[in-house]
This record gives sequence, C-alpha cells and structure tokens, in this order.
Amino acid sequence: MELWFTEEHTKDVRFSIRVERQLVSVKSRYQEIAVFDTKEFGKVLALDGYVMLTEKDEFIYHEMITHVPMAVNPDVRNVLIIGAGDGGTVRELTRYKTIEHIDMVEIDEEVVNVCKEYLTKTSCELNDERLNIYYEDGLKYVRRKNNEYDLIIVDSTDPFGPGEGLFTKEFYGNCYQALNEKGILINQHESPYYEDDAASMVRAHKNIESVFEYSFVYQFHMPTYPSGHWLFGFASKKYDPVKDLQQDAWNKLGITTGYYNTELHKGAFALPNYVKELLNEQ
Amino acid sequence: MKDYLSQNNTPIHEALKKHCEQRVVHFDVPGHKGGRGNKELKYFLGEQCLKADVNSMKPLDNLCHPISVIKDAQELAAEAFGAEEVFFIVNGTTAAVQAMVMSACKQGEKIILPRNVHRSAINALILCGAVPVYVNPGVNGELGIPLGMSVESLIDAIEKNPDAKAVMVNNPTYYGVCSDIKKIVDVAHAHGMMVLADEAHGTHFYFGENMPLSAMEAGADMAAVSMHKTGGSLTQSSFLLCNKGVDTGYVRQIINLTQTTSGSYLLLSSLDISRKNLYLNGKYIFERTVEFTRYAREEINAIGGYYAFGDELVNKDTVFAFDPTKLSVNTRNIGLAGIEVYDLLRDEYDIQIEFGDIGNILAIVSGGERELEIERLLSALSEIKRIHGREKAQTLNQEYIDPSIKLTPHEAFFAPKKRLPIEESAGYVSAEFVMCYPPGIPILAPGELVTKEITDYVRYAKEKGCQVTGTEDMDTEYLNVVK
Repeated sequence: MELWFTEEHTKDVRFSIRVERQLVSVKSRYQEIAVFDTKEFGKVLALDGYVMLTEKDEFIYHEMITHVPMAVNPDVRNVLIIGAGDGGTVRELTRYKTIEHIDMVEIDEEVVNVCKEYLTKTSCELNDERLNIYYEDGLKYVRRKNNEYDLIIVDSTDPFGPGEGLFTKEFYGNCYQALNEKGILINQHESPYYEDDAASMVRAHKNIESVFEYSFVYQFHMPTYPSGHWLFGFASKKYDPVKDLQQDAWNKLGITTGYYNTELHKGAFALPNYVKELLNEQ
Repeated sequence: MKDYLSQNNTPIHEALKKHCEQRVVHFDVPGHKGGRGNKELKYFLGEQCLKADVNSMKPLDNLCHPISVIKDAQELAAEAFGAEEVFFIVNGTTAAVQAMVMSACKQGEKIILPRNVHRSAINALILCGAVPVYVNPGVNGELGIPLGMSVESLIDAIEKNPDAKAVMVNNPTYYGVCSDIKKIVDVAHAHGMMVLADEAHGTHFYFGENMPLSAMEAGADMAAVSMHKTGGSLTQSSFLLCNKGVDTGYVRQIINLTQTTSGSYLLLSSLDISRKNLYLNGKYIFERTVEFTRYAREEINAIGGYYAFGDELVNKDTVFAFDPTKLSVNTRNIGLAGIEVYDLLRDEYDIQIEFGDIGNILAIVSGGERELEIERLLSALSEIKRIHGREKAQTLNQEYIDPSIKLTPHEAFFAPKKRLPIEESAGYVSAEFVMCYPPGIPILAPGELVTKEITDYVRYAKEKGCQVTGTEDMDTEYLNVVK
C-alpha cells in the first residue's frame, strides 16, 4: 500500500511526500492538525493540509527567524512570540542565556498539545521557566501592550485561516506600540515566487512599511514550502539589520547552527531583482 | 394557514427548487434564460443564482396577488412575527414605510412623527399630500444624537392636533434608541390614531431574548421590518407587518401602486429562508450578536477616548430602551469626527462600517462575525487613536434643528421654485430635501423655512466629509426654494 500526502502549492502545482504512517489527526476549534511520519522528511506537521514543518528542514526556518534579530541586538531581554505552537522558535531563543522573559501567544492550544506529544524535536524547550504561554488571539494580546518588548517574532501560518489577522496593518501598528524604542519585529513574510503568495508578501510589506521607520525583507531556502524560496520581514524603530549587525558579539556566544552564520546574515538581505521589483511596485 | 405547513417549511424556496429541478423550457422573461444568454453574469453571480431568477408563473404564485406559495410564506412569516398579516416587499423597506404612511393618511390628513424619521417617510408625504406634525426627539448633547419620542411630547402633539390620523415611531432609531412604544400605542389608540413603526433596524426584536419590545407585541398597527438589515435576507427585501384591525386589502392595493409587478424570486426566497432561520436559530444568533457587541463595547471603552455607549443612556423617557446589538461609538474625545474615523477605517484598514456622522460611528454586528473581525476592528480603532488622535476638537453641539413648517411637503415640492446658492437661501421656504447621509435624517424637508443655523450646519457637515444629498444640485451648492 502506498500513502501519499499532497499539498497544492498552486492550483496547478502539487508537492507530494510518501507517508509511512499518520501519527495523529485532530480537529481543533480553529483548524485540522495532523502529524505524519515520512521517510524523507521525518515527522511532518500539517495544519489544514498545509505543511508547517518537517523535522528535516525546520532548523532553517527556526534559526533564521531567531538568530538574525539576536545578532543585530544581542542584548534582547524581553521577547514576545506570536504563534509558534510547535516550539521551534522557543527552542532557539532559549539558547540565549541573556534572554530573561519570553511570552508566547498561540491561538490554538491543541497545536501545542500535539507538538508536545509527537514533535519533541521542536517542542523540547516549551517547559523553559522563562517562558509563559498564553492561549489567545495574537491580535487581541498585543493590542493591550505598550513599550514592553525588545523583540516580537510573528511565527504565523498563512494570511488565511486563523493567522489572517496577523498580516494586517492594525496588527503591525499594535506591535509597534508594544515594542520599546530598540524594538525589532520579525514576521513570517510568505514567498515572492508564486502569484498568490507574492501578493500576500507585497501586501504584508506595504503594511509593515507604513508603520515602522525601518523595514527590510530577508530570504532563506525552505525545501518543503511552496517554491522553496521563502522570506521573513525585519522591521525596527532604529536598526539596519546589516549595518548594525553585531558580528563579533554574536560569534563570541558560540551558538552552533546548521544554517545561520553572520556572513549568510548579510547575504540574506541581498534580494533578487524580481523580488526588489515586487517590493518597489507598490 | 394550511395545517401541513410549519416553520420548517419555506414554501417559495421549496417551489422554486422544484421548478429548477423540472428543467422547464422557458419562452418567458427574463431573457438571460438561466444564464445561457449572459455568460459573464452567470460566472460572476453563479449558475444557481441565475437559474432561480425567474418570473412569476403558476407554481410560483404572483406577488401582486398572492394565492398559493407566496400566500403560504406570508402566513408563516405572520406567525413567526406575531402579526395578523405580512406582506413581502421587494422594493426596499422604503416601499414598506411608504405603504404604511399612504395606507394611514390621505391628502391633507395629519401624521405625527419624530423629526428623525427616515427620508422614506417624508417622501411618502410628498407623494400622498399628508401633513407632517413633527415631535422634537430629545437630543443627547454630549453625543450629538437624536433620541426617541417621549410620551409627554406625543401627548402634547396630540392635544394640539386631535385630528391627526396616525403616529409614526422609530423602533429603534439608527443609533439603537427605543421609545416607550407600548405607551405610545396606548395614547395614540385612545385618540383613534393608528401607530406605524419603522422597524428598519428592529428585526431582531422579534427573535432575540431580552430585546426591547417589538411593535407587534406593543400593539402597533403596522411595522416596516428590514429583513435584509439584521435578518439575513438579500438587500432590498423587507416585510410589512400588519396587526389586527388593519384593512389589509386596502394595504395591498397601496403596495401595488408603486411596487414592481416583477417581484424578484431571489429576494422572495431569501425572505422565506431567512424567516425560517430566524424562527429556528434567531435566539442563538442574537445571543451571539449581543455577546460580541458587549465585548466590543467594553474593549473600545478600555482603549480610552472613544465612548461606546449602551444601556446606561436609558432614562425611561427619550431613551426608553437601548438596542443591545448596536455598536455605536462616540469619537469626539479623540478629536476626530465620526466620519473621519469611518474614512480611516475604510481607507487605511480595509474595514467597512455602517456609518460615521459628525460625532459617532456605527458598526453593525450580526451573527455572521468571527472573533477575528471584532479584534481587527478593535485593533484598528486603537491604532487610529494612537496615530491620528488629537485634542478634542471644537464641534457643533447638536444635530437636531427644530423645523419651521410653512407648507406641506407635497405643496412645496410641486410649487413654482427658484434656485439659490445655499448661503443665500435663509428666509425662504425650501422646496426640497437636504439630508446628511448617513444617517439619513433630514436637515431640511420640503415646505420648511431655511435659517442661517441650517445653512451653517450644511456647510460644516460638508467640510467634515459627510455626504450631503437630496437637492437637485448634486453638489448641494444650490437649493431650490419656493418662489
């Protein structure tokens, strides 16, 4: 018997992974959560039929979403994470001894429960004592915060479904208010490649740019996401992520990584011409 | 009512479904023939929609003269709303309001109405020649909104005009304010006057729990209910409810004077299906609506500056009750006009709300929201305050201007007239409407004296970006006055 998981990357493009067996399938209040075991990618987490992470390539995503801002401001103490129920972002952040406090706001408690049970590779630090988890809507949580965080990481799903509100201008504006004057916002920024993803990417960028003094986009290679070419946003009130990179300070920390390094950091902000054109089109 | 019919039935919808299944060959209108004759329209609206867009025919009854499925559906609606008889209206609630007024009053007869009636009521007076007697609704000075009609001011109007034929009442107003409709009915009936209720914003009063009293329950004679506003049916579809003692044969004739003879089955079936849904699920739907609104009100008030008002306004007089589903927010203390907040929400945050006037915005909440939408609205309001908020602006204190009536609306509208720049029109009698839209309450109606206060207000409302309409001149620079 053959069992294949298929995700439509576009209406006309499909991406399939052979599944050894399905470990769990839960329907929460917000979405359908499934974990598969696969030969090629190890365990795979899918939400509403979209691959969120695989054990084989999650390190790329989680290193790039955390170490880039930490290398610009290694002095970050107080962090807010929106989404990130799989725990991978928390795992990377807990490697910094200087971080004092992490608030994680995940709308769907079921995602955390499933990941704690089936995806220990990413959920291993979800019991860190510096971490507080709140199960509520990120939009609602951040609206009440003022001048509190050094870093906000928006590790969201796509701009449809439960993550929809996390791509809006009002959300980015509320994040601006929740950050202090040194604050950095990192967000999952979709992909520039396929048309629908690119439209979301341009829209998110336009919304962030209208709120923050500095707004940049950086890229990384994500084999199991549509097209494999994926982006994060870097926005801040005072930092230029390349000029203000604390290369030596970060390297002295001796954090071992599989993808990230400070040379790659600088290169990640250099964008292909077609992406630049998309961003300038607005 | 036929004894095999229950509220689970949808007679028009069921007949329409059966008709579609029969694959009838059409040599009648409409000419799009189920979409085959207009492909772009079919792709845009959907095939099912075009297939259901048919003309009246034997198995589908006729709106002008209902004897089968439309009659059945109207009887089910009557049961659901506690009315004696219901008419399905497809020309908007405007048509229902006009049918009420014209059924109750003939040329030269008086009707007592609060000034903040919808323009459709005054338009009905232009058509039928009835004479308006306006009751000054109280005004909440802080919020700048017109309130309900107090029983005391109604009694005063009745004593001065004992020959009036009818009293009209908003249940509720656009802002959610209810009058003491029970007492109004008692007083009016004691003087032999009919009570007509504009329930354009009151559909949910019939189905939600702990709602203000509905017109039928209060004993009003007729009520115009915008099913399409909070009842879930398609835009332009509406109910006209009649209570015991109303000559419904005459009402039907009045409706047929102006209503289309090609009643849309899309609209009719939407009324039918929505009535069933409200009857079966209305309690839950409006419970959810009230819960969303209560939460939003608390959160908006916690932002500071904004004032989302609710039942604390109730004074058992001009605010006898407040509609708990209404999310009305006063914006003056963040230094922005309601209309400015309305525009910012639309232009900057892709959020469309119902209206903004000079001091307030109104968001319509229904059972159709998800938490996400509510949170987006709250977050956007918080952002608007952070980015655009300023010192409390100098604003006009009230929107209510007491009219001085010189001619009936009918006389003034059809009188010989001349055109003047609006600034120079003070002292003349207006021959036309000036509306500030929304909320669609007249600043001037035909037959009323123009004053400087009024021309100042028009200029101010225009500066603030309100849509000022009603005049023949599309830019409202000029006003037609009676020669």
